Parts: sequence; C-alpha cells; structure tokens
Amino acid sequence: MATVEDIYRKHKPRAFKADRRPSRSEVWWWFFMRISGIILVFLVLIHLYVMHLVGEGVERVNFAFVAERWDNVGWKTFDWVLLVLALLHGSNGLRIIIDDYVRRDGVRTAIKGALYAVTTVLMIMGTAVIATFDPSLGS
Amino acid sequence: MDVKLKLLRFNPETDTEAHFEEYTVEAEPMDRLLDVLHKVKWYQDGTLAMRRSCAHAICGSDAMVINGENALACKVLVKDLAQPITVEPIRGLPVIKDFVVDMEPFFAGYKAVKPWLITDPHEHEPARERIQSPEERAVFDDTTKCILCAACTTSCPIFWSDEGYVGPAAIVNAHRFIFDSRDSGARERLEILSQADGAFKCRTAFNCTAACPRGIKVTKAIQEVKRAALFGTV
Ligand code: FES
Repeated sequence: MATVEDIYRKHKPRAFKADRRPSRSEVWWWFFMRISGIILVFLVLIHLYVMHLVGEGVERVNFAFVAERWDNVGWKTFDWVLLVLALLHGSNGLRIIIDDYVRRDGVRTAIKGALYAVTTVLMIMGTAVIATFDPSLGS
Repeated sequence: MDVKLKLLRFNPETDTEAHFEEYTVEAEPMDRLLDVLHKVKWYQDGTLAMRRSCAHAICGSDAMVINGENALACKVLVKDLAQPITVEPIRGLPVIKDFVVDMEPFFAGYKAVKPWLITDPHEHEPARERIQSPEERAVFDDTTKCILCAACTTSCPIFWSDEGYVGPAAIVNAHRFIFDSRDSGARERLEILSQADGAFKCRTAFNCTAACPRGIKVTKAIQEVKRAALFGTV
C-alpha cells in the first residue's frame, strides 16, 4: 500500500512559509533590476557605439586610446557606472536563476558562493583599474 | 461520436513512472470532458482517480492539463478539443494517483497570506454593516472570483521549479483583501509577500492569466500587489 509518505520520499515538496521577520531586500533588488536595466540599455548602446563602431572600431583600442579617454573624468565615471550596474545586474540575475533552479541546498550555497566571489573580485579589479590608472605608464 | 483519450496514469502501488493509456468513449459533442472521464471511470476502468465535485466550474476540484493547457475538465466541451484528448495531472505538485495531486504546497501559500478579513483593532465593532461604495469594490472585484483550482499556480514555470514560491493564486487572494477598503491587514500581507519566496519571485510569464478558468487577470493583480509592496501604497 503506497502512501503519501512513500511519494514524499521521492519528492518532498517545499511549501511557502512566512518568515517570522520577513526581509524586504528582495523588493529593493527587484526595483534595482528595473532601474539598472533601463539605465544599462543606454550605457551599453553608447559603449558599443563608442568602442566598436566609431572609426576602425575595436581595432583602434590600445593603451594610448584608453589613456586619452580616461583623461576625461566623465568617461571614467561612465565606465565605472557601467561596470557597477552591469556587474550587479548580471550577477543578481544569475543569483535569481540559481535560486529558481538549483534545488539542493548545499549545491545552491556553493554555486552562489562562487558567484559572489567572482562578482567581488571583478568589482574590485575593475574599480582599482579605473581608480589607479596611470597614463604615464605608456610612455 | 467516438472520443479518443490519452490519459496519463500513475498508480503508486504498481508503477514507478507515469505512462499514457488510451481509451475510446462514446460521447456527444456537447459533453464536457468531465462527462467523458466519468464514462471511463464508471464503465471502463474504475481505478481511474480524479477529483471533482460540483461539475459546474465553481468548486475548483478538477483542474487538469488538457491537451497541454491547464483547464477545468468540467468547463471544456469535447467538441472544442483536438483528438486524441490528452489529460495529465496539474504540474509542479507530487502526484498521489492519476489526476490526484498533493495540494499542500498550494494551500500553504494561500494560508500564509491570511485570506480573511482583518479588522482594525482600534475600531469599535460596528453595529451596522461596513459600507463600501461600488467604486471601492471595483478595485478588487476581479480577484474575488478565484475558486482555488490551482490552474494558475501549477501553470507557473517558477512554481514548477520551486514549490516554495507562494504562487499566483495566493497573491490573487491576498490582493482580494489588500485592496478591500474594509480590511486593515494590507501591511501584514504585503510584508509576507515581500519576502524572497513572495510576489517578487514572479517573472511575469503570464501563464497564470492564460490558465485561469475564471478569466481573472492574474498577472495584473500580482503587479498591483508588487506596486503596493514597493511604494507602500494601497
Ligand atoms: S468539478 Fe467543480 S470546478 Fe470542476
């Protein structure tokens, strides 16, 4: 005689449970995704145009090109905002997909840990490059 | 006319996996699919397990995947279905037998949003009915129609991958009270729906809206709840 318990042994469904103290962070992440998404559309299009379409496109990008571009604090800011928004938007999207589809607790924690580590490293590296860039190194 | 059926059968006592079995039933074009399933159960194979009660699209017992789409067996007519008619249990919930699924995760979400009137504790118990204008009622009219059949929740790809998601039906029923001018529990409910498995897990796939046999604009209701949770406005 098979019972619901037997069926649960194969697949015990998770069920929604109200947290005792629910966090609102998911609301803000959701909002961040909408806003950053809208901003990124423009930033990415401008980036694509400037870096890949104007002149010989990406062929002309070398140290001198970057040095000249980053002489301008506006472009530095532009690139940093693009870095932060794209990285957070992308890794938050991945986090959500992982939460949706990775059902084993340990595996999920491990994959998310790796994702956070990569995001942090990329963020630090990118920020450091923009902040400490020294055009005189080229000469 | 002869109606060909392909039913996804699963008997936990003998089967390790669900499999399709074929049946042919004599029926009228205006018969409902439920009538045809009854014919199978009553005259051909009494072991066929399914839930149904009212047979008039109001109790919400007989949601099934019919030709790939969630619907109530008592609300679709045989003449409108391409043959062979395939019938499967609704997805995302453990199958107990044939079309009978374990609805617990579905009702867990429903219960969690407190689907009852929460009155203001500081209010004197009114001696008369609580007055509500037609305009105030219109705000949540659509979401009062829910019959808890689970057609929306079990059509949701997010729910398929994670039954911990509160699900569209629960959000619809939260909406019904959150936007009710007589209710004071909006804050509590919005707080619950703001948590990670709450309304913001919705990715606006719109499957729920397509699946609802009552024609509730489910995705719209979810978006209204999200807006209320984000801006704290009801
Ligand atoms: S049997 Fe009641 S809704 Fe179909």
